[in-house]
Amino acid sequence: MIDRHLHYVPRLGRNPSRFRLAGIPVITVMLGSSVTALPVIAQSPVMPPFGLLFLLSWRLLRPELWRAWIGLPLGLFDDMMSGQPIGSAMFLWTIMLIGVDAVEHRMIWRSYRQDWLIAGFAIIVCMAGGLFFARITGGGDVRLLLVAPQMFWTILLFPFVVRQCARIDRWRVMA
Amino acid sequence: MARPPSRRPGHNRKAQYSLFASYVVAVTGAAIGLLLIVVAIFDPTGFAGIRAVTAELTRPVSVGLKNMVSGVSSIDEVLAAYWRAGSQNVALRRQVEADRNRIIEAKAVAQENARLKKLLKLVDEDASQLLTARLISSSSSSARRFARLNAGRWQGVQPGMPVRATEGLIGRVHSTTPNTSDVLLLTDSGSIVPVRRANDNVPAIATGAGDGSLEIRSLSAGRNPFKPGDLLVTSGIGGIYQPNIPVAVVVRVQGEIAWGFPLANPSRVDAVVVERAFEQVVTRPDPGAPAAAEGAEPGNVATP
Repeated sequence: MIDRHLHYVPRLGRNPSRFRLAGIPVITVMLGSSVTALPVIAQSPVMPPFGLLFLLSWRLLRPELWRAWIGLPLGLFDDMMSGQPIGSAMFLWTIMLIGVDAVEHRMIWRSYRQDWLIAGFAIIVCMAGGLFFARITGGGDVRLLLVAPQMFWTILLFPFVVRQCARIDRWRVMA
Repeated sequence: MARPPSRRPGHNRKAQYSLFASYVVAVTGAAIGLLLIVVAIFDPTGFAGIRAVTAELTRPVSVGLKNMVSGVSSIDEVLAAYWRAGSQNVALRRQVEADRNRIIEAKAVAQENARLKKLLKLVDEDASQLLTARLISSSSSSARRFARLNAGRWQGVQPGMPVRATEGLIGRVHSTTPNTSDVLLLTDSGSIVPVRRANDNVPAIATGAGDGSLEIRSLSAGRNPFKPGDLLVTSGIGGIYQPNIPVAVVVRVQGEIAWGFPLANPSRVDAVVVERAFEQVVTRPDPGAPAAAEGAEPGNVATP
């Protein structure tokens, strides 16, 4: 018998199902967006946008997985879950993915640090944009300082999320 | 690490077209997203109906989790109660003794009030309460402050209805779905509540600051009349909120602005009460009966 501590035994000639290959990344991003369903009544924007973090992680880990339009359906779902006006994440996430594509063309070397830098800029752009949209759609006078702490720990959280994504990814492609 | 393989598909025409088409779709979709936001500028709840799908789907999950954690969330209070329990017990007992007399006095006053109202032939029914529900989740990752209520259109909740707890005002209903509704909390930067100081009727406007505090601006010209410790209640102006619901306590005064904290913490309250809008309660449908709507000025509705 094979060692029982080995949970997954990869076999030659077997492929994971298409649902697992294509569906798991989408489901993780949607679960990330659904964090707002937790019974936390927040008094200030404290929860990091996990949907955005998972999207960025998958995009930077697996550039060939999605085309830029994936930001539309996933962004729409995120808008439905978060309190942002509908269309906010749809626009910002798609623009952000196109931007990451453009940056990737110009970079010669890429490593973990560059990924974090790209993700940091993307997070700042998305959250500042989200704040701007909240402001013009009846949010009153919201200051950028209000989301600054949230921005800060979302950027700090990125390495952790990317590692969890890598762990899921290892399971995803293993037959 | 070298950069990942280029996404340019080389000479394969089909792959080239497919890549180009994906960008066309993405840019078009982003433009549609922008358009939806432009619509939302003029009609903030217009497309919120789409939210009904996810709101209804996540409601059972949120309700279940809320039931689980509602006992856990107050555990710090329970533990803190053990601290100096003996002396606290004595103090509280004295407090109860003192309060008992006050309650008896208040009951007498209430009875007298009712008798006088009967003499004046004033009918004052309190038909404002609609239902009691729980807050189950909130927009914790957004800059806006919405909380989701476990009751919706089918239970009779309508946009604009005020929501309160026993401790004080929570906010008002922003949009509804069949079984849930979104409550715009007091602390949202788009929420404006007309208030007055509880002891001397100094009128003011309480606007949310988005971070859990309230920005209070006095309506009277001249020096800022507020000082830390002042209690604010709703004034009833605007026709949405009933008068005399506790709103906030002033904690800091800074030039023209006073900063306050809401008396009811939405994350602590167990259940909230949805009330009918004040104007609906005080104005009667039949024109024959003169409505007692002096306190409600419909032209001054407190919407952002």
